[in-house]
Amino acid sequence: MLVPISWLKDYVDIDVTVDELEKRLFDCGFEVEEKYEVGKDISKVVVGLVEECEPIPETHLHVCKVNVGTGENLQICCGADNVCTGKKFPVALEGATVYATAKDHVTIEGVMTIKKGKLRGYESFGMLCSGTELGVSEDMYPGAGYNGLLELPADAETGADVKTILGLDDYIFDISITANRPDCQSIFGIAREVAAILEKPLKEPNLSYTENGRAKEGFKVTVEAQDLCPRYIGHYVSDVKIGESPAWMKRRLALVGLKAISNIVDITNYILKELGQPMHAFDEDFLEGNAINVRRAKDGEKIVTLDEKEFTLNPSNLVICDGVKPVALAGIMGGLNSEIRDTTAGVVFEAAKFARDNIRKSSRALGQGSDSSARFTKGVDEYTTVMAMKRALHLVEELGCGKVSSTHVEVSSGNSIEPKEMKASLNKVNGVLGVDVPKADVERILKNLNFNPVINGDEITIQIPAYREDMEDYPDIAEEVIRMYGYDNVTCTFLETAKVTAGGLNTHQKAELKLKRALCTTGASEGMHYSFFSPTDLDLLRLPEDASERKTIRILNPINEDLSAMRTTLAPQMIRAMARNQKRGRMSGRIYEIGNRFIPKELPLTDYPKELSTLCVGVFGNNETFFTLKGIAEVVAESLCISFKYAAPEPKIPYLHPYQSAEILDAATGERVGYLGKVIYEIQDELDAREAMFVMEIDLSLLEKYYGNVTKFEPIPKFADESRDLALVMNRSVTCGEVEDAIKEACKYVKKVTLFDVYEGKQIADDKKSMAFTILFVPQEEEFTAEAVDGYVKKILKNLKNKLEIELRQ
Amino acid sequence: MQDLNELRDSINSIKEEIVNGVKEVRNSKALYEFKKTFLDSKAGKINALMKEMKNIPNELKAEFGKNVNELKNWAGVKFDELDASMKEAEAKQRYEDEKIDITMPAVKCSCGKLHPVTLVKNQLIDIFASMGFDVYEGTEIENDYYNFTALNTPQDHPARDMQDTFYLSPQFLLRTQTSSGQIHVMENRKPPIKILSPGKVFRSDDDATHSPMFTQMEGLVVDKGITLRDLKGMLEVMVKRIFGEGTTTRLRPSYFPFTEPSVEVDVSCFECGGTGCRLCKGTGWIEVLGAGIVNKKVLENCNIDSNEYSGLAFGVGVERLAMLKYGINNIKLLYESDLRVLEQLDE
Repeated sequence: MLVPISWLKDYVDIDVTVDELEKRLFDCGFEVEEKYEVGKDISKVVVGLVEECEPIPETHLHVCKVNVGTGENLQICCGADNVCTGKKFPVALEGATVYATAKDHVTIEGVMTIKKGKLRGYESFGMLCSGTELGVSEDMYPGAGYNGLLELPADAETGADVKTILGLDDYIFDISITANRPDCQSIFGIAREVAAILEKPLKEPNLSYTENGRAKEGFKVTVEAQDLCPRYIGHYVSDVKIGESPAWMKRRLALVGLKAISNIVDITNYILKELGQPMHAFDEDFLEGNAINVRRAKDGEKIVTLDEKEFTLNPSNLVICDGVKPVALAGIMGGLNSEIRDTTAGVVFEAAKFARDNIRKSSRALGQGSDSSARFTKGVDEYTTVMAMKRALHLVEELGCGKVSSTHVEVSSGNSIEPKEMKASLNKVNGVLGVDVPKADVERILKNLNFNPVINGDEITIQIPAYREDMEDYPDIAEEVIRMYGYDNVTCTFLETAKVTAGGLNTHQKAELKLKRALCTTGASEGMHYSFFSPTDLDLLRLPEDASERKTIRILNPINEDLSAMRTTLAPQMIRAMARNQKRGRMSGRIYEIGNRFIPKELPLTDYPKELSTLCVGVFGNNETFFTLKGIAEVVAESLCISFKYAAPEPKIPYLHPYQSAEILDAATGERVGYLGKVIYEIQDELDAREAMFVMEIDLSLLEKYYGNVTKFEPIPKFADESRDLALVMNRSVTCGEVEDAIKEACKYVKKVTLFDVYEGKQIADDKKSMAFTILFVPQEEEFTAEAVDGYVKKILKNLKNKLEIELRQ
Repeated sequence: MQDLNELRDSINSIKEEIVNGVKEVRNSKALYEFKKTFLDSKAGKINALMKEMKNIPNELKAEFGKNVNELKNWAGVKFDELDASMKEAEAKQRYEDEKIDITMPAVKCSCGKLHPVTLVKNQLIDIFASMGFDVYEGTEIENDYYNFTALNTPQDHPARDMQDTFYLSPQFLLRTQTSSGQIHVMENRKPPIKILSPGKVFRSDDDATHSPMFTQMEGLVVDKGITLRDLKGMLEVMVKRIFGEGTTTRLRPSYFPFTEPSVEVDVSCFECGGTGCRLCKGTGWIEVLGAGIVNKKVLENCNIDSNEYSGLAFGVGVERLAMLKYGINNIKLLYESDLRVLEQLDE
């Protein structure tokens, strides 16, 4: 929120520097996010009296002698049309900084430093300035908008710094206000805090007025939707004379970024900034039926707002109506049909409190907002609503733009605007802090904050002003006390009264970390992707329309389509990451991610969906194969002390190579827990990836039951083991897995079967291949004899022949 | 063999054979083979000579044996000396042959790395686990009650505007804070409670410094007599462990609906030590987390007696800590799985 220091000074004497004030506010919970000096770019510009002014022949220029209070007049050339003797203008001296303007003398193009120069042979020792060149608009200083020199008042002291005269020495704080302090969303609200911080008296704005206007007979206000409008105040002002606001008001509005429009409208805007109460003024001529009704809009009802946008409404929108039609979108914007005109002669001022949630929802749903709706959304208190109407009527009088009538209609649901009493225990307050703040300090702090405290033994009684809606209980008092007493007084203790507890990761968390570390040993680095992805990611995977992955949970208000669906597979983001790495010059690598997939039980959601912990591994580069990725799958199995089996996927996985892909099965249960394979070339091409990519997904939620598994120690065998190498010839369709199974089932002493060679070629028949295995036999009861092992080999060969037509290679 | 003369001839010829033979031997392996032709227990010439003993008359046997043994010893010593010098030379040569350019690049064993977020998460867990915290991981999809209402943020509360929420249905949303975990834990456990709740959180914010998803770590202590001083003391232990022993903390007032009082916790800038630099924007302090005393309404929502117990809570952005600690300049880098980023940082 923008707070000009000059404005703040209306309500509290500030006797500290701007930097000190900034620090004190920060310590009390109000961070000054930006601090602007209004004339930060302007320097060395003084009041100059033009004493001589001669035209330079055949040009529009004049050469002037200017008194700048130094006793010696400066010669300055000037092209402005309003330069003349006897008047005072701003003079930028040599070395001064002012704004450089474009040829139009209006558009600011940067900051320039004034140097001694020569124009048409005449030396010039400075520059006479326009308002634009000093960054001053018409609203900030009357006359500054003229496209020529800015004329200064005759009584301005020659040689004085113009920054003071033009208000360029002012500072503006942009203060961030926390959501619990809507009462500080105004300059007066901040003034209350500053008064408490600096321990200075607070000067209230003038609220007095006299009712001498013409009454509005029969005027009626009805609030049908009292739940959305707990207080509505309407006050009629007659004999309105629409005109310009005085310079001081225009200037203040300009400082906080508002354009002056007309006195009546400016009063409402001024109060919004001063007190934080949005107000509205209706032209009485447009109020049909001499009435105002605050109600929910009817379905399909239409309104055109001041900015000429039309909205079709429904009963969730609150409208202000006259006796017939909507004249304002409550709290958001007035209607075009009741706008203040130059000829407006009577107005009804509105100050109201609208429910913040309703204003927020309406504003969002309609896509229409304003300073008022932003303010209502943060919360307005009724104490301020009442105060604001008085202030508006005072300003009408002060500006002389109308006569305050006695027609005042206030509809309230009965909320009190009187202070509310609260009692608390001093011990409890200090107990929250762990600091014993001296009683006198507690009393002083609460007094400064207008809580009128009375401390009696351990009991504090305070009177909470109605604008402090955040004060509910003793912890709130604790916060008020400590932020004023100083957080520096909170020294460290280390859980002295807390019980000892047992901490650390649980089995599940430990297993996951172990798995991550195991994956790192394979050379894979851990990545992290968003939990949401684009629905088109599923198109990338060529998944059919009825694929289960397409049943995604959608975000109702996504940032964009690319981040709009909760992911049902981790594969597309991984594939994209692999392709992206290649585009950035990394042609090989290994990445893994452990994250959740989101599977709805039903859509739209009425219950928590399943969040399934899933591992995704991606490997890419010309040194990677199906088997290098399969090796990583084996590391996963090992980390969990289980084993996997692999089978051709049925049906095929649309984004994987039809013959270089597999389902991963839990060997103990046969349950499918994942898949792996080579990403199809079509996807590789689509993503411009040069090198092959392989991807694997394993549903860890199916393996959680094994988390915490530990391997049991197996005693070292007493007897020496034996191994035999067998080269086998078989039909090409026979798989390695089938051979291994047939070998294992033929002899119980087979501990391990390891493929070490595959051959297809001239030395064997065309339709055959050869595979060579090392078979490890481990004795159980007694030492093997060579004959016994030979016997096992014979049995194995027999089984291979019977089952798979496999022969020993000759 | 009949007499000693014949024996002496044989001995001399063997000696001569050895003396001449070794001149031709070029390496220790050849020497070994050459030696075997004389001293092999089965086929060696000297051993063969010994076997002649049986044909020698008894009275000459002693003399014969003595001579052969002398030959054997002589040959043994001769071969050993030669072997030693040859091996020494060979070893020297081998080392020289194996001379390398030690400035050539290293062959790295490539272990993958944990994600920077995991690294910082693990560090935080280690620190707080040692204080007796255990770890609760909630769900990413949460309902309105746990994310807002139970945390003292009812429907019309202005704090709902503090965080732009992704909604999935009228009652379900992507959690905006791991504080929702507090409620689940407090509903199911009685004090003393000390938990950490790490996890992904989501806000509808996507620009240079904001990511719509990031990782938060919530900490909660509920016990008797917990105060703001405990909060500061505990967090000071944390920041010292993460940023170094010299780091200190500063509390300043803030607002969160689920804590009262609420504070922002700043740490003294570990880059400049507090004198002001670019990292701390000249202030000497860096904002790292939000914290506070658990709002008594939150305790009451979970049926914990706020007269008996009090609590402290804090929430820290893990990415923010990781970025500060490792000097990562752009949050988006953490979600792109760019191996040039992922492979840099280690535990």
